[in-house]
Amino acid sequence: MTAAAHDPQRSAATRKTLVELRGLTVAYDDVVAVDGIDLTIGAGEILGLAGESGCGKTTVANSVMQILRPPARIVGGSILFHDDELTARSAEELRRYRWRNVSIVFQSAMNALNPVMRVGDQFVDMMQAHEHVSKRQALLRAAELLDRVGIDGSRIRAYPHELSGGMRQRVIIAMALALHPELVIMDEPTTALDVVVQREILQQIRDLQGELEFAVLFITHDLSLLFEVADRIAIMYAGEIVEEGTAAQLHTGARHPYTLGLIRSFPSLTAPLERMTGIAGSPPDLASPPAGCRFHPRCPHCTDEESALHTLQTSVRPVLRAVGPAHRVACHLVEQRG
Amino acid sequence: MTATPIYAPLEVRGLTKHFPAGNGLIDRSRVHAVDDVSFALRPGTITALVGQSGSGKSTVARMLVRLYDPTSGTVYFRGHDVTGDRRRRDVLRYRSEVQMIFQDPFGSLNPVKTIRHHLARPLTIHKRVPRERIDERIHELLVTVGLEPPERYTEKYPHELSGGQRQRVAIARALAAEPTVLIADEPTSMLDVSIRVGILNLMLDLKERERLAFLYVTHDLASARYVADTVLVMYAGQIVEQGPSERVLQSPLHPYTRLLLASVPDPAVPVRERIEVGKGGASAAVDPPAGCRFVERCPLRVGVCSELTPDLITAQPAHSARCHVTAPAPAIREDLHVEPTR
Repeated sequence: MTAAAHDPQRSAATRKTLVELRGLTVAYDDVVAVDGIDLTIGAGEILGLAGESGCGKTTVANSVMQILRPPARIVGGSILFHDDELTARSAEELRRYRWRNVSIVFQSAMNALNPVMRVGDQFVDMMQAHEHVSKRQALLRAAELLDRVGIDGSRIRAYPHELSGGMRQRVIIAMALALHPELVIMDEPTTALDVVVQREILQQIRDLQGELEFAVLFITHDLSLLFEVADRIAIMYAGEIVEEGTAAQLHTGARHPYTLGLIRSFPSLTAPLERMTGIAGSPPDLASPPAGCRFHPRCPHCTDEESALHTLQTSVRPVLRAVGPAHRVACHLVEQRG
Repeated sequence: MTATPIYAPLEVRGLTKHFPAGNGLIDRSRVHAVDDVSFALRPGTITALVGQSGSGKSTVARMLVRLYDPTSGTVYFRGHDVTGDRRRRDVLRYRSEVQMIFQDPFGSLNPVKTIRHHLARPLTIHKRVPRERIDERIHELLVTVGLEPPERYTEKYPHELSGGQRQRVAIARALAAEPTVLIADEPTSMLDVSIRVGILNLMLDLKERERLAFLYVTHDLASARYVADTVLVMYAGQIVEQGPSERVLQSPLHPYTRLLLASVPDPAVPVRERIEVGKGGASAAVDPPAGCRFVERCPLRVGVCSELTPDLITAQPAHSARCHVTAPAPAIREDLHVEPTR
């Protein structure tokens, strides 16, 4: 891996913006799952999006991919792809956008592949849906792509059940790359795999990304994984982004109490053994999120009910403010202390 | 590990489980899901059984709670061979003493029954308390697992609780039978990150307070280090390394343990250089030939590795491994003047 891929300067300043979310708000009927988030993905960058289940991270992925299904719908804000509004596009324009411009890798490869169709034929189907290409050409391309992700090209004749879990996930990654998209969304791509296979696939993603220079929106609940794989990381909690920065900034200088709590929730293999606390309570019900800062009921710094800070925490929604170059935090405490 | 005057609550020797892999007629190949596994669980200790999926760790857990019958090998409960017990009374007693917590707190609770029902049932079945004390005991159990105040939970249904709370109910239900052994199969893997620590801490508390003998089955090495006193590493049906957890995880002997450790993302290690790892094949447990089952992926392999199955050899005090190179048997050590191939 080249050092450039991890260079925060490059990811922060010199990258061209590929996707920009402005005040994106997505609701499932009355429940607002994603509440006015701003987020940019630079060309060729790996952006990690971390949070617990139900925080809205998959909804963000589905919005960018434009595959939200009712009752989910975008109720506010915009999604710009190369400065062009996605939410205004027609169904046919979106059909062409999907997979050619942006592709997606889901957690469960078994559900994403058709079990009664040979792997190669699934490539053919997908390619022919988007390009004029003969079956022969498509199969050749499929074999090449499989080679690229470390699977023997002859396996285009295999059925999904003949492949291991790790191999199936590689097939999906190869499919996601088939039309040379500028952005690949990966939604928990390695969660169902064990650690050794997970590491191999992460290596492969980084290698391919360095070579083909696509951007990645990498979604996971596993923050420790993002410290290794991502250029920048955004932390989501209860439908909002509470902190974002470079991987290095968040690794050594996270500021939001939730981010810090998440980091402290992973036991270490090397650090001295000590009792960990995790985060008290559980994530809020988004049908009635807490007033003010949504993290306040679980926050260790929201205890003194007499203080002015407490009033602020329980009544005013904090907004993301810069605390350093490319590092933003939404927290009243951080804002007060500077 | 044997020859202690006081019997371990649960001990297995040579535990083996083979499943047919072929169609049974022409193809009689067999998956050696668990091969010759021996260990003892002691009161007030947590033993972690780690390995990747398919290594056989869940099969071991299921044999211990009698969901599977072993192909061979013996299960000793307080020093008595209980492997062949079939009488209902014996089985019931064993089951009350050896309880299991499953991975999925959503699937292991009945959606149409209240929490009270889930906890009252084991109390009645195993006749742990007189009828009039059942409510009192349910409250105690809920407090033990950190669901307070208890009266807020008794009338709730599983869907009204979060994943972490449901797993706590499942643990309370296991405790209701007043077991001496608790087997937890990946109890945190389906829970949110911020709640996992709470369940791990609960396991640590229960180990101390109730002096339970815990078997913690997991693929997560860091959590094994956090809770366990002893670690057993499984690969392709065999225990390939075992010992005190700090020894196994800080100075591993077996190349597979080293591979596992190198694969784990660790927030305490800064965005680190990527470590090249061997290609992961399916585990070699279908009709395994003689020789080490890890040989094809092993960076340390020597000639003897593909000829002779290594035994579990104690190379350090209480720390043993199944590897001709890092834990050679005396006879092999003599012959081992060959340089490793890489």
